[in-house]
Amino acid sequence: MTEKILTARFEKPDSYRLSSYVEDGGYEALKKALSKTPDEIIDIVKAAGLRGRGGAGFPAGVKWSFVPKESEKPKYLCVNGDEGEPGTFKDRYIMELDPHAIIEGAAIASYAFGAHVAYIYIRGEFKLPIERVENALAEARQAGFLGANILDSGYDLDIWVHPGAGAYVCGEETALIESNEGHRGMPRIKPPFPAIVGLFGGPTVVNNIETLSYVPHIINKGPEWFAAMGPEKNGGTKLFGVSGHVKRPGLYELRMGTPLRKIIYEVCGGMRGDKELKAVIPGGSSTPILTPGEIDVNMDYDSLAKIGTMFGSGAIIVIEEGTCIPRLAARLAKFYAHESCGQCTPCREGVPWIAKILDRVENGMGLPGDLDQVLKICDNIQGKTICPLGDACAMPIRAMIVKFRAEFERHVEEGGCPFGPTPTPWDSES
Amino acid sequence: MAKVTLTIDGKTVQAEEGSTVLEAASAADIDIPTLCYAKDLEPYGGCRMCIVKVEGIRGMPPSCTTRVAEGMKVTTEDDEILQARRMVLRLLMADHPSDCLSCPANLECELQALTKKLGVREHGLIHLDRQATLDESHPVFIRDMKRCILCAKCVRTCNEVVGAGAIGLINRGHRAEPAPFLGTGIKFSNCESCGECVEHCPTGALYYREPGPEPDYEVSTICPYCGTGCGLVLGVNKGKVIRAKGDPDNPINQGHLCVKGRFGSYEFVNHPDRLKTPLVRKDGELVEASWDEALDLVVQRFKESKGDKFAALASAKEPNEDNYIMQKFARAVMKTNSVDHCARLCHASTVAGLAASFGSGAMTNSIEDMEQAEVVLVTGSNTTENHPIIGNRLRHAIDKGTKLILFDPRDIPLAGKAVIWCRQRPGTDVAWINGLMHVIIEEGLADLDYVRERCEGFEAVEELVKSYTPERVSKITGVPAQDLVEAAKLYASGKPATIIYSMGITQHTTGTDNVKSLANLAMLCGNMGKPGGGVNPLRGQNNVQGACDVGGLPNVYSGYQKVTDPAARKKFEEAWHTDLPAEAGLTITEILEAAEKGEVKALYIMGENPMLSDPDVTHVEKALKATEFLVVQDIFLTETARLADVVLPAVTFAERDGTFTNTERRVQRLHQVIPPLSGCRKDWEIICDIATRMGYPMSYESESEIQDEIAELTPSYGGITYDRLDRGDQLAWPCPTKDHPGTPILHTKKFTRGKGKFFAIEYISADELPDKDFPMVLTTGRILEHFHTGTMTRKSKSLHALVPGPYVEIHPADARHYKIRDGEKVRVSSRRGSIELIAKVGRVDRGLIFIPFHFFEAAANVLTNPAVDPVAKIPEYKVCAARLEKSA
Ligand SMILES: Cc1cc2nc3c(=O)[nH]c(=O)nc-3n(C[C@H](O)[C@H](O)[C@H](O)COP(=O)(O)O)c2cc1C
Ligand code: SF4
Ligand code: SF4
Ligand code: SF4
Ligand code: FES
Repeated sequence: MTEKILTARFEKPDSYRLSSYVEDGGYEALKKALSKTPDEIIDIVKAAGLRGRGGAGFPAGVKWSFVPKESEKPKYLCVNGDEGEPGTFKDRYIMELDPHAIIEGAAIASYAFGAHVAYIYIRGEFKLPIERVENALAEARQAGFLGANILDSGYDLDIWVHPGAGAYVCGEETALIESNEGHRGMPRIKPPFPAIVGLFGGPTVVNNIETLSYVPHIINKGPEWFAAMGPEKNGGTKLFGVSGHVKRPGLYELRMGTPLRKIIYEVCGGMRGDKELKAVIPGGSSTPILTPGEIDVNMDYDSLAKIGTMFGSGAIIVIEEGTCIPRLAARLAKFYAHESCGQCTPCREGVPWIAKILDRVENGMGLPGDLDQVLKICDNIQGKTICPLGDACAMPIRAMIVKFRAEFERHVEEGGCPFGPTPTPWDSES
Repeated sequence: MAKVTLTIDGKTVQAEEGSTVLEAASAADIDIPTLCYAKDLEPYGGCRMCIVKVEGIRGMPPSCTTRVAEGMKVTTEDDEILQARRMVLRLLMADHPSDCLSCPANLECELQALTKKLGVREHGLIHLDRQATLDESHPVFIRDMKRCILCAKCVRTCNEVVGAGAIGLINRGHRAEPAPFLGTGIKFSNCESCGECVEHCPTGALYYREPGPEPDYEVSTICPYCGTGCGLVLGVNKGKVIRAKGDPDNPINQGHLCVKGRFGSYEFVNHPDRLKTPLVRKDGELVEASWDEALDLVVQRFKESKGDKFAALASAKEPNEDNYIMQKFARAVMKTNSVDHCARLCHASTVAGLAASFGSGAMTNSIEDMEQAEVVLVTGSNTTENHPIIGNRLRHAIDKGTKLILFDPRDIPLAGKAVIWCRQRPGTDVAWINGLMHVIIEEGLADLDYVRERCEGFEAVEELVKSYTPERVSKITGVPAQDLVEAAKLYASGKPATIIYSMGITQHTTGTDNVKSLANLAMLCGNMGKPGGGVNPLRGQNNVQGACDVGGLPNVYSGYQKVTDPAARKKFEEAWHTDLPAEAGLTITEILEAAEKGEVKALYIMGENPMLSDPDVTHVEKALKATEFLVVQDIFLTETARLADVVLPAVTFAERDGTFTNTERRVQRLHQVIPPLSGCRKDWEIICDIATRMGYPMSYESESEIQDEIAELTPSYGGITYDRLDRGDQLAWPCPTKDHPGTPILHTKKFTRGKGKFFAIEYISADELPDKDFPMVLTTGRILEHFHTGTMTRKSKSLHALVPGPYVEIHPADARHYKIRDGEKVRVSSRRGSIELIAKVGRVDRGLIFIPFHFFEAAANVLTNPAVDPVAKIPEYKVCAARLEKSA
């Protein structure tokens, strides 16, 4: 049942080298793709039900089809390797252990919508991934999988690495584009969407590392195979990064739609020290928190949306009994306050203000109206900012307060934290 | 533009496709509050004050960034929207000092106004302490970031409108703030002190050190500095001019100003040093006298000096009407054509060169038109400093895709925006222009059809430039051969391409040749007579174009009608009811020579300061002292006025009506802002009074009546009246009749002279080259913060604070060689004299030094070479040999 697609080669020695990749049939998909028309490729990827693994879950093939066929300006692909969402640690594995899969996927995507230049934007702190991807690009260029007239197809493509400089917001697609252009990473107003006006003003697709890595497999094995692996419109497998208070945290490749309970109690071996489960954040820090009563849900985009949370990047954070949720909330808000780009008022001013007030609540200095104030501010951030970073703070904080309101209120009433100095999953990291 | 129909708050509204919901609402008189929106800036969508609801769109999109669409349904206000807006205000307030009473923006603050409007009294949140920067480095304005609401208007203005790019946002989130590079003080950045950011700031975060009182009333007029001709709105409080703002209705500057216009345009008007009574020299001293006494003396002496014994200097700073009256006085009353002005010193070679090549000696295209060029070649123009608003528009065009080729030996601000920047040796312009033509012809990039059809004389040029190979030209000019080739190809690729030049081209002994060479280049690529093309000399002074147009020159009446042409003379004799001299008069340099020899006995100078502006001023001083009777009419006791026998106090531009003709030949209207200061009189009134007292009655009701006389006698001004200008007609000459719309682009169907004429011109070197004794090349010019001889700018407190005194720019390697450090005192000498001033390391090329000529205490023109261009008689300000040494 645990099919391995992306992680299949992870354990091989030298898995990141071209020789090893080619030995395993690498770049055959590119060859195949180049013999098809671009539109055929787009149709295949649409049929596979491949949805974006960066967070929003937008169907990849559909996104590519938005790019105008004719364009005065060059078209670009930006591969999103910023991996900044707290709890997320999947793309770095692919970059470190199977960079050629990314390159092959990026090449097929570029061919499909007509880009001749692609950039892989990699989080600046990722020294090893940057090195591995750079080397892989050099190898691919040398071998003629990149450059002019790839595999005698008449198609030209080059791919470059653009390292980031340490800002979470640069993972947001339009901030990434700004940063890739050499500017300060500030999200752009949409519309126009990147598919129309993106990098250097040209039509641009931004795709996550993981998303693109599936593409060669889809070309090789066909869209039906991929689609069949998950529920409807949620094709394929997914890399789940499980962290927090489970026995075996780590990276797991599982089918789309795997039940959350199963992931926690079977795949990860259950709760650390067999403690009670208190809450789960299902898809990275910006997704609304779930209570133990909500974990009988299948891990796919639509099922999670149905219960008011999100699939996000597939980063599952498991929280045990005895963890202080207000502290978790305060810590989270602080992160977002630090990462807001500063462009729009609700996020720039509202998020630090939430952080400050939650800090006060957690420290026992909260005032009676504080929680409602926070909720009100959350309401005035959500849907009213330039990019979703504001939402990414407002939504999970709102969920924590709504679902664990009593705990917050106890902090205010008792003038202190009932849990003592227990660390949250984030505190133990830092 | 196609229209779309949408409903806003239930009202059906038509709006232009591509416009925003905010614009559509405001056109329908529906008010939406904003904080980060500004009409002249790209939408930003940051403050989130203007949010609305749009059916079918999730959340609340900002109306300032949301484009209208057919059938869109917009709600601009309901409880939820109001609540969200109030929250925005509360969040901003939670972070903002609450000391409105002591804030410089109190009662003008947009945040304050909105809190009142939306009924937000208290923020009810925890106050967030912002660690904000207080930047007091700038002499004119302060940046107090604790009041900043991050609307980024300052940043956007500086980037989008000004193009200086002096500030950006630094830090993230709540710690973000606008700041100059590396967060150092703004004074140390590339800030151009234009104040546009201060004007745009909605709060008290950016404010002037001396904000001044509120004006009682405002009047729009024209800036008295460079030839750009920006519209000003001057504010008056208790009879004094106290502030200047850009005139948003003026199409040239669209509300924006540069540092000179913003501060320098009014700070001198009510300066205590203004002359307020006539002065007469008695026993060697200038003493106060009554107008009658002074004028009687003038009349008596002038009566003795009619004919060749008299000469007059008109003025490129004065309106058309006064220049017209001055030349009429010289010709009709004094019976001489010896009237000239400092246009001689800046663009005489343009007038001569372009008239020879095209038949008309002026800018061929409009300023606005420049933005349509694909390629712009700028040479000898430090545009962003000397014509800042044109420079800003140029930078804007470059940001939108226009490509810039720059030929300039100095590292001027435009250099950073150029695709190709070539640093030619001063005085080698003919060589590189021939070099470009060589490449263009060789590569087959010339527009030979155009040349054949519209021009003549090409064969000789074709033959001549054969020998100007890139290698040879590289040796002469010091520009790498490859760069020449690329520049040539890029210029030829521009469809259309325009050429912009200024005094770096004209102020040479080969000035006329330089200008004709540029004309050759433009014709070769078929760039004449088209929008976005042309040859465009940027005229230095506000009315240098007009002063020439109305006859402030020794060889022509108004409209360039030759004094030697009997028909023209007859026309003016009839109009002026007197006989006129038949021979051309003396040029400014010749006038001074004649004065020194005692041939010119009486000299009448209006609003000019040759003691600083003319080359070799030691010589000028001698000449003026030798003049038997010198009358100077000015607003301050200038260096020249100090030498006068009679000084007559005139009014400034703010105290009168009139017209200026800007660099693009557009005639613009001055409006009287305050009445003349007591004791001062308008120049034309003084001249008319003298004429009348001399027995030639001259009297006019107003400036408008003088303009009517100009129109009657000057074909190119024939249709220009005050009525039309006051109606808002934008009139560039030629405008021959009352229903003519003016001519923004010249030579469209044919050249003024018929066919465009090519001139084959060999390169010859500058008059004075460096040698053992004077090993450096000295070049002179203007700087952003000052103007001409500093008569006005140095009386401006703000400009003085920015650049208080003279300096010389030196290349770092030369500085090392002479062991000179930045800020040290140095001595610069030439064959003609020597001055001491402060060293400023940077900007110039090796072997070159640059001195701005604005400063009397170290007058650059003590050093310059008076050698002149044989045709235009323009002196070679841009090249002379000099010596540099550390001061003892
Ligand atoms: C604040 C913020 C941070 C984001 N960070 C990342 C990131 O680190 N990696 C990523 O792939 N997508 C990130 N995204 C999502 C991207 O904007 C974009 O949707 C995604 O890269 C598209 O790729 P996909 O369609 O393949 O998922 C972020 C979005 C937001 C709002
Ligand atoms: S929501 Fe936050 S991060 Fe996104 S644009 Fe606005 S201020 Fe920047
Ligand atoms: S004064 Fe002008 S140049 Fe300086 S920062 Fe402000 S807008 Fe920019
Ligand atoms: S300084 Fe003024 S103009 Fe600039 S961002 Fe702040 S409030 Fe806006
Ligand atoms: S005015 Fe529209 S967001 Fe600021």
